[in-house]
Amino acid sequence: MTIQSLCQPSARGAPTQRTHPDGLPARAGLGLKTQHFTEILATWPDLGFFEIHAENYLVAGGPFHHYLSRIRDRYPLSIHGVGLSIGAEGPLDIAHLDRLAALLDRYEPRSFSEHLAWSTHGGVFFNDLLPLPYDPTTLTRVCDHIDQTQEHLRRRILLENPATYVEFAASTLDEATFITEIVRRTGCGLLLDVNNAHVSGVNHRRNPQAYIAALPLSEVGEIHLAGFDWDRDAAGAPLLIDTHGAAIAAAVWDLYAFALERLGPTPTLIERDNDIPPLPVLLAEARCAERWIGYARRDRLEASA
Amino acid sequence: MSDQRLFTAALLDPDAPCPTGLTTWNGSDLARRFAVYRNNVVVSLIDALADTFPVTLELVGDEFFRAMAGIFVRAAPPTSALLAEYGEGFPAFIERFEPARSVPYLADVARLELLRVRAFHAADAEPLTPEQVARALADPERLPALRATCHPSLGVLRSRYAVVSLWAAHQGIGDLARVDPFLPESALVVRGGLEVQVIALPPGGDVLIAGFANGLMLGDAAALAASAHADFDLTTPLALLLRHGALCSLN
Repeated sequence: MTIQSLCQPSARGAPTQRTHPDGLPARAGLGLKTQHFTEILATWPDLGFFEIHAENYLVAGGPFHHYLSRIRDRYPLSIHGVGLSIGAEGPLDIAHLDRLAALLDRYEPRSFSEHLAWSTHGGVFFNDLLPLPYDPTTLTRVCDHIDQTQEHLRRRILLENPATYVEFAASTLDEATFITEIVRRTGCGLLLDVNNAHVSGVNHRRNPQAYIAALPLSEVGEIHLAGFDWDRDAAGAPLLIDTHGAAIAAAVWDLYAFALERLGPTPTLIERDNDIPPLPVLLAEARCAERWIGYARRDRLEASA
Repeated sequence: MSDQRLFTAALLDPDAPCPTGLTTWNGSDLARRFAVYRNNVVVSLIDALADTFPVTLELVGDEFFRAMAGIFVRAAPPTSALLAEYGEGFPAFIERFEPARSVPYLADVARLELLRVRAFHAADAEPLTPEQVARALADPERLPALRATCHPSLGVLRSRYAVVSLWAAHQGIGDLARVDPFLPESALVVRGGLEVQVIALPPGGDVLIAGFANGLMLGDAAALAASAHADFDLTTPLALLLRHGALCSLN
Protein backbone atom coordinates (compact mmCIF):
# COMPACT_ATOMS: atom_id res chain seq x y z
CA MET A 1 0.00 0.00 0.00
CA THR A 2 1.41 3.43 -0.86
CA ILE A 3 1.42 6.36 1.48
CA GLN A 4 -0.93 8.18 -0.83
CA SER A 5 -3.55 5.43 -0.77
CA LEU A 6 -3.39 5.34 3.03
CA CYS A 7 -3.71 9.04 3.33
CA GLN A 8 -6.45 10.31 1.09
CA PRO A 9 -7.95 12.97 3.32
CA SER A 10 -11.55 12.10 4.04
CA ALA A 11 -14.33 14.63 3.57
CA ARG A 12 -14.20 17.48 6.06
CA GLY A 13 -17.04 18.34 8.38
CA ALA A 14 -18.95 15.21 9.25
CA PRO A 15 -16.94 13.00 11.61
CA THR A 16 -15.80 9.88 9.84
CA GLN A 17 -14.19 6.61 10.84
CA ARG A 18 -10.67 7.75 11.62
CA THR A 19 -9.18 4.70 13.26
CA HIS A 20 -7.09 2.84 10.75
CA PRO A 21 -7.35 -0.92 11.18
CA ASP A 22 -3.70 -1.00 12.20
CA GLY A 23 -3.72 2.28 14.20
CA LEU A 24 -3.69 2.64 17.97
CA PRO A 25 -6.78 1.39 19.80
CA ALA A 26 -9.24 4.08 20.94
CA ARG A 27 -8.16 3.73 24.55
CA ALA A 28 -5.85 5.49 27.00
CA GLY A 29 -2.10 4.87 26.93
CA LEU A 30 0.93 5.92 28.94
CA GLY A 31 4.39 7.18 28.09
CA LEU A 32 6.84 4.42 28.95
CA LYS A 33 9.19 5.57 31.70
CA THR A 34 12.32 3.66 32.75
CA GLN A 35 11.29 4.10 36.40
CA HIS A 36 8.26 1.89 35.69
CA PHE A 37 9.90 -0.89 33.61
CA THR A 38 9.96 -3.59 36.27
CA GLU A 39 6.56 -2.70 37.75
CA ILE A 40 4.94 -2.98 34.31
CA LEU A 41 6.48 -6.41 33.79
CA ALA A 42 5.33 -7.48 37.26
CA THR A 43 1.75 -6.17 37.01
CA TRP A 44 0.87 -5.83 33.27
CA PRO A 45 -1.55 -2.93 33.87
CA ASP A 46 -4.70 -2.76 31.75
CA LEU A 47 -3.81 -0.06 29.21
CA GLY A 48 -4.55 0.58 25.55
CA PHE A 49 -0.94 1.24 24.52
CA PHE A 50 2.48 2.54 25.50
CA GLU A 51 4.35 5.37 23.82
CA ILE A 52 8.12 5.90 23.72
CA HIS A 53 10.32 8.78 22.64
CA ALA A 54 12.17 7.45 19.60
CA GLU A 55 15.49 9.12 20.44
CA ASN A 56 15.77 7.37 23.82
CA TYR A 57 15.78 4.01 22.04
CA LEU A 58 18.26 4.82 19.27
CA VAL A 59 20.90 2.89 21.22
CA ALA A 60 22.50 -0.42 20.30
CA GLY A 61 21.34 -2.68 23.14
CA GLY A 62 20.99 -2.98 26.88
CA PRO A 63 18.10 -2.64 29.33
CA PHE A 64 16.01 -0.17 27.29
CA HIS A 65 15.59 -2.64 24.43
CA HIS A 66 15.28 -5.56 26.86
CA TYR A 67 12.25 -4.05 28.58
CA LEU A 68 10.72 -2.46 25.50
CA SER A 69 10.75 -5.78 23.60
CA ARG A 70 8.85 -7.48 26.40
CA ILE A 71 6.36 -4.64 26.74
CA ARG A 72 5.92 -4.49 22.96
CA ASP A 73 4.93 -8.17 23.01
CA ARG A 74 1.93 -7.36 25.21
CA TYR A 75 0.81 -3.85 24.21
CA PRO A 76 0.30 -1.80 21.04
CA LEU A 77 3.16 0.68 20.70
CA SER A 78 3.32 4.30 19.60
CA ILE A 79 6.67 5.87 18.74
CA HIS A 80 6.95 9.62 19.17
CA GLY A 81 9.92 11.45 17.67
CA VAL A 82 11.33 14.51 19.42
CA GLY A 83 14.48 15.17 17.39
CA LEU A 84 13.74 15.12 13.65
CA SER A 85 13.41 18.91 13.45
CA ILE A 86 10.80 18.92 10.69
CA GLY A 87 10.56 22.72 10.79
CA ALA A 88 14.31 23.30 10.37
CA GLU A 89 15.55 25.71 7.72
CA GLY A 90 18.27 23.23 6.81
CA PRO A 91 17.78 19.79 5.26
CA LEU A 92 16.55 16.84 7.32
CA ASP A 93 19.26 14.65 8.82
CA ILE A 94 19.24 11.52 6.64
CA ALA A 95 21.27 9.54 9.17
CA HIS A 96 18.59 10.32 11.76
CA LEU A 97 15.83 9.26 9.36
CA ASP A 98 17.73 6.00 8.74
CA ARG A 99 17.98 5.36 12.47
CA LEU A 100 14.25 6.06 12.90
CA ALA A 101 13.44 3.71 10.00
CA ALA A 102 15.46 0.94 11.66
CA LEU A 103 13.67 1.50 14.98
CA LEU A 104 10.26 1.39 13.27
CA ASP A 105 11.25 -1.80 11.41
CA ARG A 106 12.31 -3.38 14.67
CA TYR A 107 9.24 -2.54 16.75
CA GLU A 108 6.52 -2.06 14.12
CA PRO A 109 4.61 0.57 16.10
CA ARG A 110 0.94 1.29 15.34
CA SER A 111 1.72 4.99 15.12
CA PHE A 112 4.68 7.28 14.52
CA SER A 113 4.41 10.98 15.29
CA GLU A 114 6.59 14.09 15.21
CA HIS A 115 6.24 17.80 15.94
CA LEU A 116 5.45 20.99 14.07
CA ALA A 117 8.66 22.55 15.38
CA TRP A 118 12.40 22.62 14.90
CA SER A 119 15.21 21.65 17.25
CA THR A 120 18.36 21.52 15.11
CA HIS A 121 20.27 24.29 13.37
CA GLY A 122 23.83 24.42 12.03
CA GLY A 123 24.56 20.93 13.29
CA VAL A 124 23.55 21.75 16.87
CA PHE A 125 20.67 20.00 18.63
CA PHE A 126 18.84 22.33 21.03
CA ASN A 127 16.67 19.73 22.78
CA ASP A 128 13.58 21.93 22.67
CA LEU A 129 10.63 22.29 20.32
CA LEU A 130 11.18 25.73 18.83
CA PRO A 131 8.47 27.82 17.16
CA LEU A 132 7.88 28.59 13.48
CA PRO A 133 6.42 31.55 11.59
CA TYR A 134 3.25 30.60 9.73
CA ASP A 135 3.98 31.92 6.24
CA PRO A 136 4.02 30.38 2.73
CA THR A 137 7.81 29.81 2.73
CA THR A 138 7.70 27.88 5.99
CA LEU A 139 4.63 25.96 4.83
CA THR A 140 6.40 24.75 1.69
CA ARG A 141 9.50 23.75 3.63
CA VAL A 142 7.57 21.88 6.34
CA CYS A 143 5.50 20.05 3.71
CA ASP A 144 8.66 19.06 1.80
CA HIS A 145 10.17 17.69 5.01
CA ILE A 146 7.01 15.75 5.86
CA ASP A 147 6.84 14.31 2.33
CA GLN A 148 10.46 13.26 2.64
CA THR A 149 9.87 11.74 6.10
CA GLN A 150 6.82 9.77 4.99
CA GLU A 151 8.65 8.47 1.93
CA HIS A 152 11.75 7.55 3.91
CA LEU A 153 9.80 5.83 6.69
CA ARG A 154 7.29 4.38 4.19
CA ARG A 155 4.37 5.32 6.43
CA ARG A 156 1.97 8.09 7.27
CA ILE A 157 3.08 10.17 10.23
CA LEU A 158 1.02 12.14 12.72
CA LEU A 159 2.06 15.76 13.22
CA GLU A 160 1.64 17.35 16.66
CA ASN A 161 0.41 20.91 17.16
CA PRO A 162 2.89 22.94 19.23
CA ALA A 163 2.89 24.77 22.56
CA THR A 164 4.46 28.19 21.96
CA TYR A 165 5.43 31.25 23.99
CA VAL A 166 6.02 33.81 21.23
CA GLU A 167 4.48 34.54 17.84
CA PHE A 168 6.11 35.83 14.64
CA ALA A 169 5.42 39.15 12.99
CA ALA A 170 6.01 37.38 9.67
CA SER A 171 3.07 34.97 10.16
CA THR A 172 0.36 35.44 7.53
CA LEU A 173 -1.71 32.36 8.44
CA ASP A 174 -3.21 31.34 11.75
CA GLU A 175 -1.90 28.09 13.22
CA ALA A 176 -5.02 26.01 12.50
CA THR A 177 -5.04 27.11 8.84
CA PHE A 178 -1.31 26.38 8.58
CA ILE A 179 -1.81 22.86 9.99
CA THR A 180 -4.89 22.21 7.85
CA GLU A 181 -2.89 23.11 4.76
CA ILE A 182 -0.01 20.79 5.79
CA VAL A 183 -2.46 17.90 6.22
CA ARG A 184 -4.10 18.64 2.86
CA ARG A 185 -0.80 18.83 0.99
CA THR A 186 1.09 15.94 2.60
CA GLY A 187 -1.68 13.55 3.63
CA CYS A 188 -0.14 13.30 7.11
CA GLY A 189 -2.39 12.80 10.12
CA LEU A 190 -2.70 14.89 13.25
CA LEU A 191 -1.64 14.28 16.80
CA LEU A 192 -3.92 16.65 18.67
CA ASP A 193 -2.11 17.77 21.82
CA VAL A 194 -4.97 19.18 23.87
CA ASN A 195 -2.61 20.55 26.49
CA ASN A 196 -0.65 22.41 23.81
CA ALA A 197 -3.92 23.83 22.44
CA HIS A 198 -4.76 25.11 25.93
CA VAL A 199 -1.24 26.41 26.69
CA SER A 200 -0.92 28.23 23.35
CA GLY A 201 -4.50 29.48 23.68
CA VAL A 202 -3.76 31.13 27.02
CA ASN A 203 -0.30 32.36 25.93
CA HIS A 204 -1.60 34.04 22.77
CA ARG A 205 -5.12 34.77 23.98
CA ARG A 206 -6.86 32.71 21.38
CA ASN A 207 -9.89 30.54 21.96
CA PRO A 208 -8.66 26.93 22.20
CA GLN A 209 -12.11 25.51 21.35
CA ALA A 210 -12.29 27.57 18.15
CA TYR A 211 -8.71 26.51 17.40
CA ILE A 212 -9.52 22.80 17.78
CA ALA A 213 -12.74 23.13 15.81
CA ALA A 214 -10.77 24.70 12.95
CA LEU A 215 -8.33 21.77 12.69
CA PRO A 216 -8.90 18.89 10.22
CA LEU A 217 -10.33 16.69 12.98
CA SER A 218 -11.11 13.76 10.70
CA GLU A 219 -7.34 13.20 10.42
CA VAL A 220 -6.62 13.02 14.19
CA GLY A 221 -5.02 9.67 14.99
CA GLU A 222 -4.07 10.34 18.62
CA ILE A 223 -4.55 12.83 21.44
CA HIS A 224 -1.95 13.93 24.00
CA LEU A 225 -2.87 15.13 27.50
CA ALA A 226 -0.31 16.60 29.88
CA GLY A 227 0.26 19.06 32.70
CA PHE A 228 1.76 22.56 32.56
CA ASP A 229 3.36 25.12 34.87
CA TRP A 230 2.15 28.64 35.60
CA ASP A 231 4.20 31.76 34.99
CA ARG A 232 3.50 35.36 34.00
CA ASP A 233 4.83 37.43 31.12
CA ALA A 234 6.40 40.87 31.55
CA ALA A 235 2.95 42.51 31.50
CA GLY A 236 1.63 40.17 34.18
CA ALA A 237 -0.50 38.13 31.78
CA PRO A 238 -0.58 34.36 32.41
CA LEU A 239 2.14 32.45 30.58
CA LEU A 240 1.72 28.68 30.69
CA ILE A 241 4.77 26.45 30.29
CA ASP A 242 4.37 23.03 28.69
CA THR A 243 6.41 21.01 31.20
CA HIS A 244 4.80 17.54 31.16
CA GLY A 245 5.67 17.73 34.83
CA ALA A 246 2.31 17.97 36.60
CA ALA A 247 -1.14 16.41 36.76
CA ILE A 248 -3.50 17.23 33.88
CA ALA A 249 -5.34 20.48 34.69
CA ALA A 250 -9.14 20.72 34.90
CA ALA A 251 -9.21 23.16 31.97
CA VAL A 252 -7.38 20.59 29.83
CA TRP A 253 -9.82 17.82 30.81
CA ASP A 254 -12.67 20.15 29.79
CA LEU A 255 -11.03 20.88 26.46
CA TYR A 256 -10.44 17.13 26.00
CA ALA A 257 -14.16 16.48 26.50
CA PHE A 258 -14.89 19.19 23.94
CA ALA A 259 -12.48 17.56 21.45
CA LEU A 260 -13.86 14.04 22.02
CA GLU A 261 -17.41 15.27 21.35
CA ARG A 262 -16.25 16.16 17.87
CA LEU A 263 -13.79 13.31 17.35
CA GLY A 264 -15.53 10.33 18.86
CA PRO A 265 -13.42 7.73 20.71
CA THR A 266 -9.74 8.52 20.08
CA PRO A 267 -6.46 6.96 21.34
CA THR A 268 -5.28 9.21 24.17
CA LEU A 269 -1.84 9.43 25.74
CA ILE A 270 -1.17 10.59 29.28
CA GLU A 271 2.16 12.33 28.73
CA ARG A 272 4.43 12.76 31.72
CA ASP A 273 8.15 13.40 31.28
CA ASN A 274 9.21 15.28 34.42
CA ASP A 275 8.64 14.71 38.14
CA ILE A 276 7.50 11.20 37.25
CA PRO A 277 5.03 9.97 39.89
CA PRO A 278 4.45 6.33 40.87
CA LEU A 279 2.77 4.27 38.14
CA PRO A 280 -0.64 4.10 39.90
CA VAL A 281 -0.94 7.91 39.75
CA LEU A 282 -0.59 7.82 35.96
CA LEU A 283 -2.88 4.80 35.69
CA ALA A 284 -5.57 6.81 37.51
CA GLU A 285 -5.24 9.59 34.90
CA ALA A 286 -5.46 6.96 32.15
CA ARG A 287 -8.67 5.58 33.70
CA CYS A 288 -10.08 9.11 33.75
CA ALA A 289 -9.33 9.47 30.03
CA GLU A 290 -10.93 6.08 29.37
CA ARG A 291 -14.13 7.25 31.07
CA TRP A 292 -14.28 10.20 28.65
CA ILE A 293 -13.57 7.88 25.72
CA GLY A 294 -16.42 5.68 26.99
CA TYR A 295 -18.82 8.65 27.02
CA ALA A 296 -17.74 9.53 23.48
CA ARG A 297 -18.37 5.93 22.35
CA ARG A 298 -21.83 5.91 23.96
CA ASP A 299 -22.72 9.26 22.38
CA ARG A 300 -21.68 7.94 18.98
CA LEU A 301 -23.80 4.81 19.43
CA GLU A 302 -26.83 6.82 20.53
CA ALA A 303 -26.42 9.21 17.62
CA SER A 304 -26.30 6.36 15.13
CA ALA A 305 -29.21 4.42 16.75
CA MET B 1 21.65 35.72 8.75
CA SER B 2 18.71 33.28 8.66
CA ASP B 3 15.87 33.59 11.15
CA GLN B 4 16.73 30.32 12.86
CA ARG B 5 20.41 31.27 13.09
CA LEU B 6 19.43 34.50 14.88
CA PHE B 7 17.10 32.56 17.13
CA THR B 8 19.70 29.98 18.12
CA ALA B 9 22.45 32.55 18.67
CA ALA B 10 20.20 34.22 21.24
CA LEU B 11 19.27 30.86 22.81
CA LEU B 12 22.80 30.06 23.91
CA ASP B 13 23.98 33.57 24.75
CA PRO B 14 22.23 34.96 27.83
CA ASP B 15 23.54 38.47 27.03
CA ALA B 16 22.35 38.49 23.42
CA PRO B 17 19.22 40.52 22.69
CA CYS B 18 15.98 38.76 21.83
CA PRO B 19 15.74 37.81 18.14
CA THR B 20 13.82 40.32 16.06
CA GLY B 21 10.55 39.52 14.35
CA LEU B 22 8.79 38.11 17.41
CA THR B 23 5.51 39.47 18.78
CA THR B 24 3.09 38.97 21.65
CA TRP B 25 -0.63 39.65 21.76
CA ASN B 26 -0.27 42.17 24.58
CA GLY B 27 2.93 43.88 23.46
CA SER B 28 4.72 42.74 26.62
CA ASP B 29 8.53 42.66 26.77
CA LEU B 30 9.57 39.70 24.63
CA ALA B 31 12.66 38.91 26.67
CA ARG B 32 10.54 37.34 29.37
CA ARG B 33 8.78 35.01 26.93
CA PHE B 34 11.94 34.22 24.98
CA ALA B 35 13.55 33.30 28.31
CA VAL B 36 11.27 30.25 28.42
CA TYR B 37 13.07 28.84 25.36
CA ARG B 38 16.49 29.80 26.72
CA ASN B 39 15.68 28.12 29.98
CA ASN B 40 14.24 24.98 28.34
CA VAL B 41 17.34 24.49 26.21
CA VAL B 42 20.00 25.11 28.84
CA VAL B 43 18.23 23.49 31.81
CA SER B 44 17.24 20.35 29.86
CA LEU B 45 20.83 19.89 28.66
CA ILE B 46 22.22 20.44 32.17
CA ASP B 47 19.69 17.86 33.37
CA ALA B 48 20.93 15.44 30.71
CA LEU B 49 24.50 15.86 32.01
CA ALA B 50 23.32 15.45 35.61
CA ASP B 51 21.74 12.13 34.56
CA THR B 52 24.95 10.93 32.95
CA PHE B 53 27.32 12.17 35.68
CA PRO B 54 25.55 11.65 39.05
CA VAL B 55 28.70 10.95 41.12
CA THR B 56 30.55 13.87 39.54
CA LEU B 57 27.59 15.98 40.68
CA GLU B 58 27.69 14.56 44.20
CA LEU B 59 31.42 15.27 44.49
CA VAL B 60 31.02 19.01 43.86
CA GLY B 61 27.40 19.58 44.86
CA ASP B 62 24.37 20.52 42.81
CA GLU B 63 25.03 24.25 42.59
CA PHE B 64 28.64 23.94 41.46
CA PHE B 65 27.83 21.13 39.02
CA ARG B 66 24.97 23.01 37.38
CA ALA B 67 27.05 26.18 37.02
CA MET B 68 29.92 24.20 35.49
CA ALA B 69 27.58 22.20 33.23
CA GLY B 70 25.86 25.40 32.11
CA ILE B 71 29.17 26.81 30.85
CA PHE B 72 29.89 23.52 29.04
CA VAL B 73 26.40 23.39 27.49
CA ARG B 74 26.79 26.89 26.04
CA ALA B 75 30.31 26.17 24.78
CA ALA B 76 29.64 22.66 23.43
CA PRO B 77 25.94 22.03 22.81
CA PRO B 78 24.99 18.56 21.49
CA THR B 79 25.42 17.79 17.82
CA SER B 80 22.96 14.89 17.86
CA ALA B 81 19.44 14.27 19.14
CA LEU B 82 20.74 11.16 20.92
CA LEU B 83 21.25 12.71 24.34
CA ALA B 84 22.59 9.45 25.79
CA GLU B 85 25.73 10.29 23.79
CA TYR B 86 25.94 13.88 25.02
CA GLY B 87 28.84 14.78 27.28
CA GLU B 88 31.76 13.04 25.51
CA GLY B 89 33.77 16.24 25.91
CA PHE B 90 32.65 16.97 29.48
CA PRO B 91 35.56 15.21 31.31
CA ALA B 92 38.18 17.09 29.25
CA PHE B 93 36.25 20.31 29.92
CA ILE B 94 36.29 19.58 33.67
CA GLU B 95 40.05 19.02 33.52
CA ARG B 96 40.53 22.52 32.11
CA PHE B 97 37.89 24.13 34.34
CA GLU B 98 39.88 26.28 36.76
CA PRO B 99 37.35 26.34 39.65
CA ALA B 100 37.35 22.51 39.72
CA ARG B 101 41.14 22.26 40.15
CA SER B 102 40.74 21.58 43.88
CA VAL B 103 39.11 18.24 43.00
CA PRO B 104 41.83 16.83 40.71
CA TYR B 105 40.14 13.42 40.34
CA LEU B 106 36.80 14.92 39.19
CA ALA B 107 37.54 14.53 35.45
CA ASP B 108 38.44 10.85 35.83
CA VAL B 109 35.29 10.15 37.83
CA ALA B 110 33.38 11.77 34.95
CA ARG B 111 35.29 9.54 32.47
CA LEU B 112 34.23 6.52 34.48
CA GLU B 113 30.59 7.64 34.41
CA LEU B 114 30.79 8.13 30.65
CA LEU B 115 32.02 4.53 30.31
CA ARG B 116 29.10 3.38 32.45
CA VAL B 117 26.52 5.06 30.18
CA ARG B 118 28.25 3.64 27.08
CA ALA B 119 28.23 0.17 28.64
CA PHE B 120 24.57 0.53 29.61
CA HIS B 121 23.48 1.16 26.00
CA ALA B 122 26.11 -0.99 24.23
CA ALA B 123 25.11 -3.82 21.90
CA ASP B 124 23.96 -7.08 23.43
CA ALA B 125 26.21 -10.13 23.21
CA GLU B 126 26.28 -13.51 24.93
CA PRO B 127 29.23 -13.90 27.30
CA LEU B 128 31.09 -17.22 27.41
CA THR B 129 29.20 -19.96 29.24
CA PRO B 130 30.99 -21.92 32.01
CA GLU B 131 31.05 -24.93 29.64
CA GLN B 132 32.78 -22.92 26.91
CA VAL B 133 35.29 -21.60 29.44
CA ALA B 134 35.98 -25.12 30.74
CA ARG B 135 36.50 -26.39 27.19
CA ALA B 136 38.84 -23.52 26.29
CA LEU B 137 40.94 -23.93 29.41
CA ALA B 138 40.98 -27.75 29.37
CA ASP B 139 44.30 -27.90 27.56
CA PRO B 140 46.90 -25.64 29.28
CA GLU B 141 49.25 -26.20 26.34
CA ARG B 142 46.88 -24.37 24.01
CA LEU B 143 46.23 -21.48 26.39
CA PRO B 144 48.93 -19.03 25.15
CA ALA B 145 47.66 -19.31 21.56
CA LEU B 146 44.02 -18.44 22.38
CA ARG B 147 42.46 -15.15 21.26
CA ALA B 148 39.70 -13.50 23.27
CA THR B 149 36.97 -11.10 22.18
CA CYS B 150 35.60 -8.66 24.72
CA HIS B 151 31.93 -7.87 25.37
CA PRO B 152 30.79 -4.79 23.37
CA SER B 153 30.04 -3.00 26.64
CA LEU B 154 33.58 -3.40 28.01
CA GLY B 155 35.55 -0.26 28.80
CA VAL B 156 38.74 0.36 30.77
CA LEU B 157 39.85 3.50 32.54
CA ARG B 158 43.43 3.80 33.79
CA SER B 159 43.57 6.54 36.39
CA ARG B 160 46.08 8.25 38.65
CA TYR B 161 43.28 8.42 41.19
CA ALA B 162 41.19 5.91 43.15
CA VAL B 163 38.26 6.20 40.72
CA VAL B 164 36.73 2.82 41.51
CA SER B 165 36.81 3.36 45.29
CA LEU B 166 35.49 6.91 44.93
CA TRP B 167 32.67 5.75 42.69
CA ALA B 168 31.84 2.79 44.93
CA ALA B 169 31.74 4.96 48.05
CA HIS B 170 29.04 7.03 46.34
CA GLN B 171 27.00 3.87 45.80
CA GLY B 172 27.10 3.18 49.53
CA ILE B 173 29.88 0.60 49.08
CA GLY B 174 32.76 1.45 51.41
CA ASP B 175 33.42 4.57 53.41
CA LEU B 176 34.27 7.72 51.45
CA ALA B 177 36.25 9.07 54.41
CA ARG B 178 38.57 6.06 54.19
CA VAL B 179 39.24 6.40 50.46
CA ASP B 180 42.65 7.83 49.58
CA PRO B 181 41.81 9.48 46.24
CA PHE B 182 45.50 9.65 45.26
CA LEU B 183 46.03 5.88 45.01
CA PRO B 184 46.02 4.96 41.29
CA GLU B 185 43.32 2.53 40.17
CA SER B 186 42.26 1.04 36.88
CA ALA B 187 38.56 0.42 36.33
CA LEU B 188 36.89 -2.30 34.32
CA VAL B 189 33.39 -1.32 33.22
CA VAL B 190 31.19 -4.03 31.74
CA ARG B 191 27.51 -4.85 31.53
CA GLY B 192 26.60 -8.32 32.70
CA GLY B 193 22.93 -8.93 31.92
CA LEU B 194 21.16 -5.64 32.64
CA GLU B 195 23.56 -4.28 35.26
CA VAL B 196 26.70 -2.27 34.58
CA GLN B 197 29.57 -3.33 36.85
CA VAL B 198 32.51 -1.16 37.91
CA ILE B 199 35.43 -3.32 39.05
CA ALA B 200 38.99 -2.51 40.11
CA LEU B 201 41.46 -4.22 37.79
CA PRO B 202 44.55 -5.91 39.23
CA PRO B 203 47.92 -4.53 38.04
CA GLY B 204 48.46 -5.16 34.33
CA GLY B 205 44.81 -6.03 33.75
CA ASP B 206 44.39 -2.94 31.56
CA VAL B 207 47.36 -3.97 29.41
CA LEU B 208 45.99 -7.50 29.05
CA ILE B 209 42.58 -6.21 27.89
CA ALA B 210 44.20 -3.77 25.46
CA GLY B 211 46.12 -6.77 24.07
CA PHE B 212 42.86 -8.71 23.57
CA ALA B 213 41.30 -5.71 21.86
CA ASN B 214 44.28 -5.53 19.49
CA GLY B 215 43.86 -9.19 18.57
CA LEU B 216 46.92 -10.47 20.43
CA MET B 217 47.09 -14.07 21.55
CA LEU B 218 46.68 -14.67 25.28
CA GLY B 219 50.37 -15.50 25.74
CA ASP B 220 51.55 -12.34 23.98
CA ALA B 221 49.03 -10.11 25.79
CA ALA B 222 50.11 -11.62 29.12
CA ALA B 223 53.81 -11.10 28.28
CA LEU B 224 53.10 -7.47 27.49
CA ALA B 225 51.27 -7.05 30.81
CA ALA B 226 54.13 -8.74 32.69
CA SER B 227 56.66 -6.42 31.12
CA ALA B 228 54.63 -3.46 32.33
CA HIS B 229 54.00 -4.91 35.82
CA ALA B 230 56.57 -7.24 37.34
CA ASP B 231 54.00 -8.83 39.67
CA PHE B 232 51.48 -9.53 36.90
CA ASP B 233 49.67 -12.82 37.28
CA LEU B 234 47.41 -13.92 34.41
CA THR B 235 44.97 -15.98 36.50
CA THR B 236 43.61 -13.07 38.56
CA PRO B 237 42.52 -10.74 35.71
CA LEU B 238 41.43 -13.64 33.50
CA ALA B 239 39.23 -15.10 36.25
CA LEU B 240 37.80 -11.65 36.92
CA LEU B 241 36.95 -11.09 33.25
CA LEU B 242 35.28 -14.48 32.99
CA ARG B 243 33.36 -14.06 36.23
CA HIS B 244 31.86 -10.76 35.05
CA GLY B 245 30.94 -11.99 31.59
CA ALA B 246 33.44 -9.64 29.97
CA LEU B 247 34.58 -12.13 27.30
CA CYS B 248 32.43 -13.43 24.47
CA SER B 249 34.84 -15.83 22.82
CA LEU B 250 38.09 -17.62 23.60
CA ASN B 251 39.40 -19.63 20.65
